[in-house]
Amino acid sequence: MFVLRLLLKNAFRHRLRTLLTIVGLVVAVSAFGLIRTILEAWYAGAEASSSTRLITRSATSLVVPLPLAYGDRLRSVDGVRSVSWANWFGGIYKEPRNFFPQFAVDAATYLPLHPEFVIPLDQRIDFLRDRGGAVVGRKLAAKHGWQIGDKVPLIGTIYGGTWSFTVRAIYSGAESSTDENQLFFHWTYLDETLKKRSPTRRGAAVGVYVVGIDDPNNAALIGARIDEQFRNSRAETLTETEKAFQLGFVSMSEAILVALQAVSFIVIVIIMAVMANTMTMTARERLAEYATLKALGFGPGFVVRLLFGESLFIAVIGGALGMLATLPLAQALASVAGGFFPNVHVSPGTLALQAAAALVVGGVAAAWPAWRMSRIDIVAGLRHVA
Amino acid sequence: MNAGPPLIRIRGLQKAYRRGDQEIPVLQGIDLDAGYGEFVALMGPSGSGKSTLLNLIAGIDKPSAGTIAIGGVDIATLSESELADWRAANLGFVFQFYNLMPVLTAAENVELPLLLSSLSARERRERVSQMLELVQLGDRAEHYPNELSGGQQQRVAIARALATDPQLIVADEPTGDLDRHTGAEVLSLLERLVREMGKTIVMVTHDPKAAASAMRLVHLEKGVLAEEVEPA
Repeated sequence: MFVLRLLLKNAFRHRLRTLLTIVGLVVAVSAFGLIRTILEAWYAGAEASSSTRLITRSATSLVVPLPLAYGDRLRSVDGVRSVSWANWFGGIYKEPRNFFPQFAVDAATYLPLHPEFVIPLDQRIDFLRDRGGAVVGRKLAAKHGWQIGDKVPLIGTIYGGTWSFTVRAIYSGAESSTDENQLFFHWTYLDETLKKRSPTRRGAAVGVYVVGIDDPNNAALIGARIDEQFRNSRAETLTETEKAFQLGFVSMSEAILVALQAVSFIVIVIIMAVMANTMTMTARERLAEYATLKALGFGPGFVVRLLFGESLFIAVIGGALGMLATLPLAQALASVAGGFFPNVHVSPGTLALQAAAALVVGGVAAAWPAWRMSRIDIVAGLRHVA
Repeated sequence: MNAGPPLIRIRGLQKAYRRGDQEIPVLQGIDLDAGYGEFVALMGPSGSGKSTLLNLIAGIDKPSAGTIAIGGVDIATLSESELADWRAANLGFVFQFYNLMPVLTAAENVELPLLLSSLSARERRERVSQMLELVQLGDRAEHYPNELSGGQQQRVAIARALATDPQLIVADEPTGDLDRHTGAEVLSLLERLVREMGKTIVMVTHDPKAAASAMRLVHLEKGVLAEEVEPA
């Protein structure tokens, strides 16, 4: 108890210095946590993917569509349970910063393949009946204040013109990782509208096929069978698991992710250096006190414990406040960039990493001064006063 | 004063420092005894080796040669950790600049060396209270060093030195930072410790008036005992 009291009194001996060190720690630990949260959100799509779904797309490029006729052939492939399809719409709601994913889907087959989108039965029926209807995620509806029956106008970027959809259903995620920031509408509405606008348009085209399979263990085999079906055709396919498909998007920004990871650790290294400097300065100022303690009979271990204790105490306060600050910061990020990062939340893993980072900072910062002070010559240390 | 074997028995004590290739002798063959309940003042000009001798007696420095037997233990042969334990149990320190912990109250400063004892918290508090009463600072227990005068701080330091009830107290210029009147009070207190409690005090001082409080005055000159004189 006495030692703890001495440690606390020492920690707040220079209040401004300690306060500034804590502020530095709060900034560093919260920045570290926020970057880790962004990184996790980046991978969230892949993490939330189903192991019983494959994505079949053009082998040439994702922007090259596949014929609608492939659907029947896909159904005939051994191991395939069901087939659906979707097109990326890429519309703008009012202004580009309101970005959220929109897909034209074959609703009758798409929704059964995605049980993670939980829709009340009456709304589901309404959506399936209305070709101009849309189903939107709970968070997306809340963000824009959409209610059932509201009209949602989108300005097409891939498919030009203004498109209007009626909100017929609002889905909730079955799991916390389910993206609740998407909008789905009927692929037939897209196809028919395009046909009306351009009667000479060639056959209907599909962005990607979503293939349901029974056994995830056979994913690679089924994927190979599908691609074999269309080998040497006009539109060869590339089939992969939904997770691999999502990770493909992530890998496009691999360099950014690596840079972000590096920055997250650099932030910690910087605060470590700052705090080590603070602790070194602190120890040097107290040289005579440590020499006095040793002269009174306290061993080097006592001095080491005092310095480590003080450093860890400051680190724990800074780390805890930094962790607390991360929560509203992540919420703010979610509200600003929820469309890009649908699953922004501070995970227990991130909190654990933040706590570990704070403790490492506290420990490393005290290591050098503690080692130095444990070895001070008592006579030289006492002379420091005079 | 005890007629038995001396508390401090120093024989052939040498201390030299190395500066590069050069060896600088500080103490050269010191022989010195000090008995139980004796108050010895070490005097001498700057660089005479009196502070080095005090540090060696206190076990915070190691001799180059010779023996320093204190209470029958040759502390020159002890390891660092053994010396730390020995100091905690057998020695009280009084410094020129008091060397109190600024973040601790007077009572906490006195309690500090007791952390190394086996006393319970309650026993420690009782001992602290006794020591502060002894130095007439019972009413200043909760004051921090910066709230006390120089003389009061030195009395707290003396209480701290006495807390573990050591036989030997070493004092390095205990009045060096005090005015004449306050210094006299501190010396009077040290005399009381010898007279009433039978403590042995070895004190380094430049001040002949302070040295006059001692029973013996040992004069060092260039690392050797020049003479032993009766205090004025």
